[in-house]
Amino acid sequence: MTAELMRERYEIQGGNFDTAGEISGEIKVILRDLGIDAANLRRVVVVAFEAEMNLVMYARRGTLTFILTDSDVKLEIQDEGPGIPDLELAFQEGYTTASDEMRELGFGFGMGLPNMKKNSDELKIETEVGKGTSVFARIRLDAHE
Amino acid sequence: MKLHDLRDILQCEVLTEGDDLTVEVQNVVASDGMSEILAFAKSKELMITGLTNIQAIRTADIAGVSAVIFCRGKRPDTRVIEFAKKKKIPILATKMVMFDICAILYNKGLKGVS
Repeated sequence: MTAELMRERYEIQGGNFDTAGEISGEIKVILRDLGIDAANLRRVVVVAFEAEMNLVMYARRGTLTFILTDSDVKLEIQDEGPGIPDLELAFQEGYTTASDEMRELGFGFGMGLPNMKKNSDELKIETEVGKGTSVFARIRLDAHE
Repeated sequence: MKLHDLRDILQCEVLTEGDDLTVEVQNVVASDGMSEILAFAKSKELMITGLTNIQAIRTADIAGVSAVIFCRGKRPDTRVIEFAKKKKIPILATKMVMFDICAILYNKGLKGVS
């Protein structure tokens, strides 16, 4: 049984590009101060950051929950948004539905979901068109290359 | 190569005065796409981008790069510079275009990350 060491829940406002990514930056500081190994830390914050950016770009609002245990980090991101009509397509590198505004911000080149997958040990996405999307990611803190 | 050498070679202006320019960089990630930076950066690279908004610095922080060079004469606003100072990420700006910067650094022995 893994012990839960920390749990934080953050509210995220959709469309607010100015503060987008702030929460992932906070998580980075928390994990760094706890002395988490740099490579694992990087994997966690890349997943969190891409998920946070997606939420801000596409959804009206949502939450990011960060759970630290003695063996892993779990990230749960839930939004009220448009949902993803074709998940398989969304995971293809280069596929994007981003607007020009999103691209001007440096995002929306079809690498967000692939990046999340690459950096997670487990990634599960539940989505319903017109309602929203939930992302569950688990990043192990042990035994990585 | 040290950051102060890069500054001289690429005719950069240092936007975050007081930063340590003796930092050594060997690898480079160059893109205007932030997910591309995140996909390839492993740690302590030099990041080259034409994107000057706050997301460029947030990405640099998440990716753990050592420094950022803004190319094509683009400059971030004061708030972005202050944010970079807070995150202790040196930022430099040059008028050179990304292609030329990459070519010069490649010839000096720096490598891309893939």
